[in-house]
Amino acid sequence: MIQEQELKTFVEGTTNYFEVAAQQPASIGSPYLVTEGQPSCHEYTGVISITGKREGVVYFTAPKAMLTVLLMKMQESDFSHETMRDLVGEVANTISGNARKDFGRDFVISVPSVLAGERPEIPPAAAGTRSFVIPINWRSHSAKLIVALK
Amino acid sequence: MNAQMNGTNGARRSYKLMIVDDSNIMRRRIERSQTFEELELVGTAANGLEAIEMFRKMDPDVVTMDLTMPQMDGIECIENIVKLKPAVRILVISALADKATAVEAMEKGANGFLNKPFTDRQLNEAIAELIR
Repeated sequence: MIQEQELKTFVEGTTNYFEVAAQQPASIGSPYLVTEGQPSCHEYTGVISITGKREGVVYFTAPKAMLTVLLMKMQESDFSHETMRDLVGEVANTISGNARKDFGRDFVISVPSVLAGERPEIPPAAAGTRSFVIPINWRSHSAKLIVALK
Repeated sequence: MNAQMNGTNGARRSYKLMIVDDSNIMRRRIERSQTFEELELVGTAANGLEAIEMFRKMDPDVVTMDLTMPQMDGIECIENIVKLKPAVRILVISALADKATAVEAMEKGANGFLNKPFTDRQLNEAIAELIR
């Protein structure tokens, strides 16, 4: 299971993403463990599969309204479904890739797969792996980073 | 570097730029944020295979290269395009933040490494280092 220090890596990665890419810091809530089933998702979810010295998934899930504002902050003018998918995948990829600073290169990340809809089929993490949810509040919107690593 | 001269007597060189990233948003962001008049965008690609094809066609002088991409990743792509044109200047722009990956990219022929996420200023400083 993931250690507290490792979770901190993802919290810092999330904080850094919003500070730099969105030029506006997010407020990160206290991470919590989901003990039963899978955490609920928002409209768009970017999923990174992790292999190598760790196994599992990292995913970023956000509502369309939040992604729209994020795109505006990035001076994007295309708010299509495809662009929302692109953004949510890029956020998941960036936070997961940044985690290699602490996890090292054997923390192998996949290209993002993107799921739309509030009940997406998240690829199951390795058996016995539990999910930690990192709540993200940015402007008036809420999103989550979910980390499930063996 | 194999770049064209714009005019004569100390005029700025112009460099052909290719942007490689599997994210449309990132490709547009790099194009929009770079402020160098001497860079002319000649092509974009969403993976390593497309990049090599585009490279052969457009012969860019400067390439920004993502690493985590489908079909062919950035490291393999760097190896291939450096073989095609050893003088090409490559700036890796990647989320992969471990030192070993940066070292490997440089060993394969990259000239600079910029971590995502980045500010416009960081991007332009990294490109300036490349074409200076």
